[in-house]
Amino acid sequence: MIALEPHLRERRDGGAKLLVPYVTGGLTEDWVDILHAVVAAGADAVEVGIPFSDPVMDGPTIQEASVRALGRGTTPGSILAELARCQVDVPVVVMTYYNLAFRMGDLRFARSLAAAGVSGAILPDLPLEESADWERESAAAGVASVLLAAPVTPDDRLACIAERARGFVYGVSRMGVTGERTSVAASAGVLAKRLKATTDKPVLIGFGISTPEQAVEVCHEADGVIVASALLRAVLDGEGPEGAAAFVARLRRALDGG
Amino acid sequence: MSMTEPTSDGRFGQFGGRFLPEALVPACLELEAAFRSAWADPAFRSELDALLRNYAGRPSPLTEAANLSERLGVRVLLKRDELNHTGSHKINNVLGQALLARRMGKRRLVAETGAGQHGVATATAAALFGFECVIYMGEVDVERQSHNVFRMNLLGAEVRPVASGARTLKDAVNEALREWVASVSTTHFCLGSVMGPHPYPWMVRELQRVIGDEARRQCAELLGGDVPDVVVACVGGGSNAAGIFAGFVDTSARLVGVQPAGGAAIGRGLPGVVHGSKSMLLQDEHGQVSEAHSISAGLDYPGVGPEHAHLAAGGRAEYPSVVDAEVLEAFQLLSRSEGIIPALEPAHALAWVVREAGRAIPSGSTVVVNLCGRGDKDVAQVMAHLGLRP
Repeated sequence: MIALEPHLRERRDGGAKLLVPYVTGGLTEDWVDILHAVVAAGADAVEVGIPFSDPVMDGPTIQEASVRALGRGTTPGSILAELARCQVDVPVVVMTYYNLAFRMGDLRFARSLAAAGVSGAILPDLPLEESADWERESAAAGVASVLLAAPVTPDDRLACIAERARGFVYGVSRMGVTGERTSVAASAGVLAKRLKATTDKPVLIGFGISTPEQAVEVCHEADGVIVASALLRAVLDGEGPEGAAAFVARLRRALDGG
Repeated sequence: MSMTEPTSDGRFGQFGGRFLPEALVPACLELEAAFRSAWADPAFRSELDALLRNYAGRPSPLTEAANLSERLGVRVLLKRDELNHTGSHKINNVLGQALLARRMGKRRLVAETGAGQHGVATATAAALFGFECVIYMGEVDVERQSHNVFRMNLLGAEVRPVASGARTLKDAVNEALREWVASVSTTHFCLGSVMGPHPYPWMVRELQRVIGDEARRQCAELLGGDVPDVVVACVGGGSNAAGIFAGFVDTSARLVGVQPAGGAAIGRGLPGVVHGSKSMLLQDEHGQVSEAHSISAGLDYPGVGPEHAHLAAGGRAEYPSVVDAEVLEAFQLLSRSEGIIPALEPAHALAWVVREAGRAIPSGSTVVVNLCGRGDKDVAQVMAHLGLRP
C-alpha cells in the first residue's frame, strides 16, 4: 500500500491541487475498470465506498449507488478481494459506515483493509468521542484514519480533529448530506480556511462538489476536493470507464489551471 | 441493576454512545446540556407537569381487568396510557421535548414515525407551541396508517413519505437524520423512542418514567403497599417499556419487554451500530441492517433502545417475543372481555400474558400491563387480517 499522507503532501507541496474521485465498490461489473480509468485521468487518490444498508450521511445518488451495489451481492469482502487483485497507482481510501467495521471487529477490519492494499479509511458516523479504539487499531494495521470536520465544529474540536486525523482532514463543505449541487456553499471556503490555519496536514473538501468550476473555487482555500455524487450520477446514468475518465479529466484540467 | 444516568459518553454498560456524523455532534452536546439543566429546573418540571395534567390528561388510571383476570387465572392490571390525549404514551415524551426545544430557541420539529402515534403526538405538540413540524414516515406505513397521516395534516404538520429501503420506520429515521443535518441550527429532532445518540435514550426514558412512577404509586395503593409480580410492556425501540420499567427496576417485580417475532433484536440480533447508538440489532453476517417484519408498524424496527440491551445483558429484564397471530388474538380478547380496544403494539404485551398465564406467569400472580396505545388506528388493518374487508 502507498502511505496516504506522505503521498498527498508530496503532490500538494509540488504545487498540485488534490483530486480524489469516489466510486461505490461493486456498483457495476466493471467498477474496478472505472477506478483505473479515473486514476489514469489524474486522480491523486481514490475513495472506494463500501455500501451500507443505512447510509445516513448520503443523499439520493449515493443511496441509489449503494442499493444497486448491494443488489449485485456486493459485500465488504468482495470489494476488498477485488481491490487486493488489482494494482492501483495511487492510494485507495475506503469510505463506509461503522457497523461494517464493528461487525468484523475493528482490528480485523483494519487488517483486511491493509491486506487489500487500502491506505486509509473514512467512517463518517464515528466522531471523536467514539473513534479512539478504531484510531488505535487502524494505526496498528498501518491504515490512516481520516477524520471529518463540519462547518459547525467549534474551534477546540476542530483542532482535536486535525491533530488526530491521519492521511488528510476531510472537511464537509456544508451542513447536509452528500449529493450534487448547483453551487458551492459559503461554508466550504470558511471551513477550509479554518482547517488550513489549524493544521499542515492535507485539507480536502467534499460533499456537493459537482463541477470543475466548483472544484477550482473550493481549492482557493483547500488543498483539494473529493468528488462523489456527480461522478456516480454519470455512472448510474450509464457512463462506463471512458465517460468517468472524461469527467475526472475535466476536473483535473480545471484544477491544473487549464 | 438500576436505571440511572448513563456514563458521560452515553453508555448503558457496553451499549449506547453517540455514533453520528460530526455535523450533528455539537447539537447533541447542546441538547444534553439543555436537558440536564431543564430537568434540574423546578420551573421546567412544574410547567411540564401542568401540561401532562391539564393537556394530556395524566395521571392515567390503573384499571383492574377483572374479566380477563378471571379467564387467565392471573390478576391483570392495565396501565391506561391509551387514555392520554392523542391516544398513546407518546405525548409524555413530545411535550417534554417541545418545552425543551422552546427553551433552546428552536421553533421547528422534525420527527420519524412508524405507526403514526409519535408523529401525531409531535404534530400535536407543534400545534400547541406554534412550531413548524415535518414528519418522516415510510411509504408502507403511510398506506397502512392513512388515518394517522390525515390526523397529522389536520394538526398542521407536513408528512413526508419515505421511499427508500423497506419504506418503514428504519427508513423514516434515516431520512429524518438526513434532514436534521441540514436544518440543525433551527430544528429540534423530536425522536420518539429510547434510541438514537446520547442523550436521547436517557432523555426519552426520563420523560416517559412518569408512567412507571404513577403505576408504582397506584400499585402500592391497590396492593396494600406491595409491588406487582410482573410488569409487562411491548418493545420496538422501547420507550413505553423504559418508562414503566423505570418505576419498578428497584423492586422485586419481573420486568418483561415483549417484542414482535419478526423484530426481536434482543434474542435474534447481534450487537451493532445504527442510528447513533450501539445496541442489539437485526443484521446479516456483514453488518447490513435487516428489515423487521411485524403486523404493528410501531414495532417494525430492527434495533432496540440501548438501555434495553443493557437490562437484557444484565438479566434484569427479559425480552420474549410473540407472533402476529397471537397479537390478533389478544387484540380481540381484550376488546371483548374488557371493552378496551388496544393498539396492536400493546396487544403484543397482552399476547405474552395470555400465552404465559399459568406457565411462565404462575397462577395467582399480579401482572401490570402497560396499555400504551389505543386501537382505533388499527381497526381497518385488523379487519383486513381477519378477512373482513368493509
